[in-house]
Amino acid sequence: MKRPALSAPALARPELDRPVLLDVQDITRLYGPGKGCEAIDFRLHAGEVLGIVGESGSGKSTLLRVLAGLEAPDAGRVVYHRPGDAGETDLYAIGEARRRALLRLEWGLVHQNPRDGLRMGVSAGANVGERLMALGQRHYGQLRAAGQDWMTQVELDPARIDDAPRTFSGGMQQRLQIARTLVTRPRLVFMDEPTGGLDVSVQARLLDMLRTLVRQLGLSVVLVTHDLAVARLLAHRLLVMRRGRVVEAGLTDQILDDPQHAYTQLLVSSVLTP
Amino acid sequence: MNGYNFAYLDEQTKRMIRRALLKAVAIPGYQVPFGGREMPMPYGWGTGGMQLTAAILGADDVLKVIDQGADDTTNAVSIRAFFERVAGIETTTVTPAASVIQTRHRIPETPLEPGQILVFQVPIPEPLRFIEPSEQETRLMHALEEYGVMHVKLYEDIARHGHIATTYAYPVKVDGRYVMDPSPIPKFDNPKLDMSPALLLFGAGREKRLYAIPPYTHVESLDFEDHPFEIQRWEARCALCGSAESFLDEVITDDAGGRMFVCSDTDYCLTRRGELS
Amino acid sequence: MTPILTVEHLGKGFVLHGQGGLALSVMRDLSLELHRGECLVLAGPSGIGKSTLLKMLYGNYLAGDGRIRLHFGDGPLSLTELPAHAWHALRRDVIGYVSQFLRVVPRVSAREVVMEPLLARGADTAEARARAETLLARLNLPERLWSLPPGTFSGGEQQRVNIARGFIGEHPLLLLDEPTASLDAANRTVVVELIHEAKARGAAMLGIFHDEDVRERVADRLLPLESFMAPSLAPAAQPSTSRGLPHA
Repeated sequence: MKRPALSAPALARPELDRPVLLDVQDITRLYGPGKGCEAIDFRLHAGEVLGIVGESGSGKSTLLRVLAGLEAPDAGRVVYHRPGDAGETDLYAIGEARRRALLRLEWGLVHQNPRDGLRMGVSAGANVGERLMALGQRHYGQLRAAGQDWMTQVELDPARIDDAPRTFSGGMQQRLQIARTLVTRPRLVFMDEPTGGLDVSVQARLLDMLRTLVRQLGLSVVLVTHDLAVARLLAHRLLVMRRGRVVEAGLTDQILDDPQHAYTQLLVSSVLTP
Repeated sequence: MNGYNFAYLDEQTKRMIRRALLKAVAIPGYQVPFGGREMPMPYGWGTGGMQLTAAILGADDVLKVIDQGADDTTNAVSIRAFFERVAGIETTTVTPAASVIQTRHRIPETPLEPGQILVFQVPIPEPLRFIEPSEQETRLMHALEEYGVMHVKLYEDIARHGHIATTYAYPVKVDGRYVMDPSPIPKFDNPKLDMSPALLLFGAGREKRLYAIPPYTHVESLDFEDHPFEIQRWEARCALCGSAESFLDEVITDDAGGRMFVCSDTDYCLTRRGELS
Repeated sequence: MTPILTVEHLGKGFVLHGQGGLALSVMRDLSLELHRGECLVLAGPSGIGKSTLLKMLYGNYLAGDGRIRLHFGDGPLSLTELPAHAWHALRRDVIGYVSQFLRVVPRVSAREVVMEPLLARGADTAEARARAETLLARLNLPERLWSLPPGTFSGGEQQRVNIARGFIGEHPLLLLDEPTASLDAANRTVVVELIHEAKARGAAMLGIFHDEDVRERVADRLLPLESFMAPSLAPAAQPSTSRGLPHA
């Protein structure tokens, strides 16, 4: 049965280390003992979707707020490496003006509740166009075209561009929020339970859409979720948080299929699947 | 002088307002808080403008007061009478003869000259208020030049009406920096703000804010490339003086639907008709 | 000739914290070499840790003891010490995995499921689509199913989608976990052909095949796993495949 091994050209090593986009160094933000997050250390690489999972109160939302520039940590640094730029940006060492500009123009944040991320009083088109206008886009026709294009990309009817978000369903509002966030092609997007509060069928559609957008736009994402199924579908890597600390980190399928930490094993074995 | 200090306000208050005005002139378009005083009239009747006027008036000044362009409305007559009484100064209705003009909702048609001061009465000084209720946040937005939302408002106008439907209080950018509410003047008057030879002062009594456009400052009305800023135009001319250049008011003349268009600026109209000379 | 893959003294155990920290050793001291263009078939009764080995090679399970190395033209790479993020590129470009079961993603069509490994490398959509359709046609998946999500497909249909997805990327190292389990004879033959074609282009394969006939047709060597079983562990005492426990 033994055959001679075929002689083939030497195996080429792929580029294994994508550039680091976000370097999170020993972040602590505590509201009280065990409340918040503590000693968080990780790196996000370009093109990666990193899931942060854990139960309510595990500190994952606090961590996201610190990472997303909304809340200064008690200790530690969040360092952003702009692609193609040798320098580094220490998120909380730069002034508020630069930080807000960074959040508005290069990063994006998708809130769990679309009402927190949308302007409910203005039309869908104006919602999608706002970040472009903030960037200096001053052509109404182009803004409108961009609005329609993005509504199509997130599977909303572009004919509804002049409708107010409050006339949209929850799932549609969430897709509109995503369009509003991605319209400026941010490099880094933070998502806080983006499918929370949606019906299961609506969730599936959103998840599929997010997967496609992540791949097409080459997005890097930090995703907070308590839903391991969402994490499995979207995230490349996971951090498992408990009581403010990361108890386990690794490849998503490794964490879910071969969990090492007692808490992760409990979390994984507690999931109900039909 | 009837027991009042010159121009009603005490000297300390006037000094405080002048200091705030100096700051406002130094930072064109920036809203400066000031310690507003109670005036003998309700908010909304021009208390902000009156405090500024009181603070800058000198004994030699000649004051003109207009309301919607007219010298003869209740508000204009009352304020003029007030300063005649508490400052003993000369007043006028003739635009070129005035050194200080207090105005509500208009800029005179007759071009202003160097040395003249126009004082605007302002109801809501904050142009970002419509979208952001928090004062702390709007101040930060000004500080960081986060003005994208101003165009959101204009975008909505076009989306709803097919054109920029904002006709009053049309937002401007002053000296390439601060976005400013020019008070509820018609956008017809916005071009007069740009490179004006006169000093333009704005006072909001209720909100206790003042701001300024120094003479010869660039003032740009916000717009889109494909929907450029435009002023109102009328098919008609003024029915009284025949002017085709002035801002016209529609006047209903009878119960049968009769109407005519006349100049909103009464002094301009009367002058053109030769009735003042 | 340098092997593409070497495994040295590999061991694996599971600690079940939910069961009082019960420690189960499922493999010890396993060594193997795999060369390009060969298909090594893991042999032994079910539950002996064949899938566990494949999963460790894919980074899906953490290795216990020992060392796993890939040998590139410019030197070896230790997988047992590889940081998690480095696996992304490795799985995209080097190591492919065809598991028994398709993990169904809601709303994604069969065609897109198959195209995905190419799209992840930035391949042209039209080209990826053409190659996906060629493979699905070879595997006799009815064309009317191509644009449907495989969630409602039969086991055999899902498996064929999965096989197409596994082979489309032409990874230099392919891990095959019972790819023919629920296929009929005709489709088993297609899979055998795909394996022979992969060998011909120099791919190295490590596979589990319960079907004698297929094993005979694809295997260059057999590796019986009995001798690497932890002595304490009889097959009956292995972790079950119920949810929440590692699949051994």
